[in-house]
Parts: sequence; C-alpha cells; structure tokens
Amino acid sequence: MGRIVLEKVTKRFGEVEVIPPLDLTIEDGEFAVFVGPSGCGKSTLLRLIAGLEDVSSGNIAIDGQDATSTPPAKRGLAMVFQSYALYPHMSVRKNIAFPLKMAKLDQAEIDKRVNGAASVLNLSDYLDRRPGQLSGGQRQRVAIGRAIVREPAAFLFDEPLSNLDAALRVGMRLEISELHKRLETTMIYVTHDQVEAMTMADKIVVLRAGNIEQVGSPLELYHSPRNIFVAGFIGSPRMNFIEGDVAAKYGAHTIGIRPEHIAVSESEGTWSGTVGVAEHLGSDTFFHVHQTGLAETMTIRADGEVGFRHGDRIHLTPREDVIHKFDAKGLRIA
Amino acid sequence: MATKASRSAARIMMAPAVILLLGWMLVPLIMTLWFSFRTYLPLRGGDLGFAGIDNYIRFVTSSAFWPAVVATMTIVVGALLITVVFGVLLALLLDQPMWGQGIVRILVIAPFFVMPTVSGLVWKNMFLDSVNGLFSHVFKFFGATPVEWMIDKPFFSIILIVSWQWLPFATLILLTAIQSLDSEQLEAAEMDGAPPLKRFWFITIPHLSRAITVVLLIETIFLLSIFAEIFVTTAGAFGTKTLTYLIFQRVLESQNVGLGSAGGVYAIVLANIVAFFLMRIVGKNLDA
Repeated sequence: MGRIVLEKVTKRFGEVEVIPPLDLTIEDGEFAVFVGPSGCGKSTLLRLIAGLEDVSSGNIAIDGQDATSTPPAKRGLAMVFQSYALYPHMSVRKNIAFPLKMAKLDQAEIDKRVNGAASVLNLSDYLDRRPGQLSGGQRQRVAIGRAIVREPAAFLFDEPLSNLDAALRVGMRLEISELHKRLETTMIYVTHDQVEAMTMADKIVVLRAGNIEQVGSPLELYHSPRNIFVAGFIGSPRMNFIEGDVAAKYGAHTIGIRPEHIAVSESEGTWSGTVGVAEHLGSDTFFHVHQTGLAETMTIRADGEVGFRHGDRIHLTPREDVIHKFDAKGLRIA
Repeated sequence: MATKASRSAARIMMAPAVILLLGWMLVPLIMTLWFSFRTYLPLRGGDLGFAGIDNYIRFVTSSAFWPAVVATMTIVVGALLITVVFGVLLALLLDQPMWGQGIVRILVIAPFFVMPTVSGLVWKNMFLDSVNGLFSHVFKFFGATPVEWMIDKPFFSIILIVSWQWLPFATLILLTAIQSLDSEQLEAAEMDGAPPLKRFWFITIPHLSRAITVVLLIETIFLLSIFAEIFVTTAGAFGTKTLTYLIFQRVLESQNVGLGSAGGVYAIVLANIVAFFLMRIVGKNLDA
C-alpha cells in the first residue's frame, strides 16, 4: 500500500532553494506524473521521495509512516533510473535478483520471483545475457523487472523513456501503463514530455521552479488550466495566447485558444491571416498563420483534408465556449 | 586507409619506426643469446669460445638460483598486494569531495616522480636506519627496541619501499576508474537495499576489475626487474638477491658475461610466462 504524503517539504542546495515549501498527496494505487520544463525540480522531488536526497525541512510519509529520515532501502520504494543503472557485470537474471539477494530471500523464492518478472516482461529468453548485449527497450524492461520483483509500495520512474527512440517510447509507454493497471501499485513518473504525462497519468503534477502550478487529472488540466503556464504546457500544439484589445473584449488580460478550437475557412470568419508553414501529418494539418493582428503566429489544427498552402489568405473562427481567459497575473478567470 | 595506394604509403611511412623498434629490441636480444652460449670472461682471457649449454646448466644448478626466484616472487607479490589494496582504498578516499583536493592529489602522485635510487636511499637512511631513522625514534619514544630493519626484516623493508613508489601509480589508475563509475548504479544499489560495504563489493569492485588487471600487468612487468632499490639498500644480502640482482652479480662481480647472459635469457622466459598468463586474464576481463 503506497499512499505518499509530502508536507511542507523544502530542498535547498546551499543558498539556492530548489523546492519551496510544497504539499502533495499521492493516493494509493495512483499513477502520478510530475511534469515540467527541465530544471523545474521534478527529478529532485522524486529523489526526495526516494530518499536519495535529504529534505531540508518538512515531512514525507509513506503509507502513513513518517519516512523523512528513513534510508532509501527501508522505504519500500523501487526506482527506475533514466540511464537504467543496470549492473553491467551481472547477467539479466542476477540484475533482477540483486534486490532479493540483498533482502536475503532464499534461492527458491528468488528464482520464482525472477522467472515471474521475466515472463511478465518478455525477458525469459535473455536471462543469461549481460545488459551490454541488450537493446535499449530490453534494458528498460530489465530495469523495470528489477523494480517489480521487490513488490514495492510504490514505483518511482525518473524519465525512463527519454533514452529510447520515438517508436519504442510509444510501445514502452503502453507497457508501463498496462503494468500499472495490472499491479495497481502507486507509481510516480517524472517526465518533461507532456504527451507521456497526458497519456499515462491518473494525476498530473505540473511543476515550475519547484512550485506546484496545478494538480489534476489530464482532462482537468486540459479543460481548465489554472494559469497561463499550465495552459501553455499542456496540449500539443501549444495554446495560442492573445493579449490586448481582442482579449479586453472578453473581459480578460489574455485569452487562450487551443489550435484545435479554431475553425478555418476560405471565405469568412472572425479573424483572418496568411498561412506560413503548413505541416501535413495526414490525419491532421497544422497551420502556422501570420499577420492576423492577434499574436505573432497563430497555430491552427485542422483536418488532414484541408488543403491550404503557404501564402494563402484564410479566415479563422474560434469556438467561443472554449476560450480560456486569464487576468494580468496570468491566473484563470472562471 | 581504404585504397591500395594509401595502404602501401602507410607501410612505407611506418617502416622507419618499425625498423628502429625491432632493431632496438632485436640487437640486444641476439647479443644476449650469442653470449649465453659462449665462455666470456672479460678479465680472465676474454671470449674463450663456445660453451654449449654449460652456462644455462650452471646458472640453474647454482645454489643461488632458486632462492633468487623465490625472492623475486616474494617482492613482486608483496608489492602488488599492497599497492592494489591500498590503491583501491586511497582512490576511494581521494574520490570524496574535500577541501584542497587538487593539491592532495598532486602530493599523492609525488612518490612516483622520485627516482628508485633516491627513494631507496631516503628510506634506508631517513626512515629505516636503526640509529637515526624516523622509525627507530618512534620506537625509542615508546620505549621499544628499534628494529634493524634491513637485517631483520629485509623483505618487508624492500617491499615497503617498492610499494611506496608504486602506490601512486595504482591509486591514479584506480581513481580514474572510480570516477567513471555511474553514480546512478550506486544509487540503484542503495535503493535495492545494499548497505555501503555490499555496494563496494558488488558494484565498485567489479567496476574496478579491469583497472586492477591493468595495474597488475604493468606493475608486474616493472617489478620483475627492480634493481636500484636492492642495490642501494641490502646490496643483495640477507636473502634479498632477486633474479635481476643475481644476473648483475654474475656479470659484473664475477665477471662472467656468458653465465649472466644465460640468466638473462631465463629472466626473459620467466617474464614472458607471467605476461602470457596476465594477458589471458586481461583479455578475459576486457571481453566483458
């Protein structure tokens, strides 16, 4: 059981405060994703939970027990590192068995659990190989195998997919999600990729400079971002922001419209502009529209069949019901 | 070097270096082999013709031969053990962040720059001397009788001197190896429940195995031929006559070049046997 509660946790490296006082609760069995731009403190936060860094102040409770000064090994957490951190001189079997060997389990139990994990992760054929002989995705699975055999209270993932190529990343993303559905164990996952966050999470924690900007389900964050930062970070392509007179008409300092909420037309619409680059993905087309008088570039997501070209004059119409309004401080106006 | 022209050009350009190196090695080797089959006594008649394999038989049947082999091995193995064990520990220590790290590292390397003759003399006269040595002063301070290091513990003394010289080398190589260890591996082991000593044993030591074999190989090659340290300390007395020293005595003190050359050939064979086994170990380790 892994309910993790952070209470007024701070972290300072010398004079620099990386994490200002922060409160966060991750429920048992939840898939929580920490997402934010690089250097926002998301990995540090994960390492604080893991116990690899000491908190400067505040408390961490795991499963109702205060774990603030518990050494990492005793917290009952398992971590998958960005570099996988496999032990290169040990076979896959020994890698996966290492935490069990350290826990002094008897050999029969170790074999049972290692074989179990290997069959879950499709590693049975590779048990006697060294990590150096495996592909990136297989190494990733060994790292996950080493984590699951311990049957931990929670899994911690530190950007586990960033070393994989795009196709493999999509595959592993599904595997990790499926693993979570099957094990129903708490997972905390750090990434800078908002697509991973949106697709995998039960709960997304958006961080900026150590501060929690918003916590919520993927769709909550998509539909009602609390401020401009979250609005810009969640969703791809990025939300369009418009300031000035147009925004003032809506009674806001800034308005945000997602690219998929703008309709394009050849002849009529609220706004007009010139098509710059058009990215044809087949299913969708992204238009980068200039000279609209609204913002430097407006990004529009249209159906793949829409065939405007570079230099075409087009008209834009926003969906009024999904316009996001923000005040001068960048906070959402309800 | 893809084309035929560039390959032959490369051969021509490498030729001078190859010829020089071969000459450098082959000329002394062939001369040694030549002399080892002759009766050559420079002060007693010079080159007196062929001796067949007499020199080889005399060298190994001499009562000094086996003790010299044992002495050589004792010093080599002793120095290797001390330098590797303390080298690993020192490297771990120097890897810790501390104030004045740069200066400390340079100081640690310093003994390696001291010439063998000098370090032998410094140790003999300043540390191990039974009257004025630092150790005897310490012994006297605590009311103990100073040890006659060179006489009572000749092997210990020489191993100490040689280890002091080679410890920096081992430390340096092992330090760079420790620095290349991925810290995430240690953190992963920590999360996996391995306490510090087990992390050291299961993660750090295997990571260092390659560097340790390199240290063993290089040090063995150099330690087999140590000479100055023995020459200036015991001069081969008290059983510290190594194979190298025995050859030196045969050639210069007994003025028997033929006999010494035969000893030299034995030394070459011995060194090659050691090198062969070491290369196999290294090869096995480098495969992984």
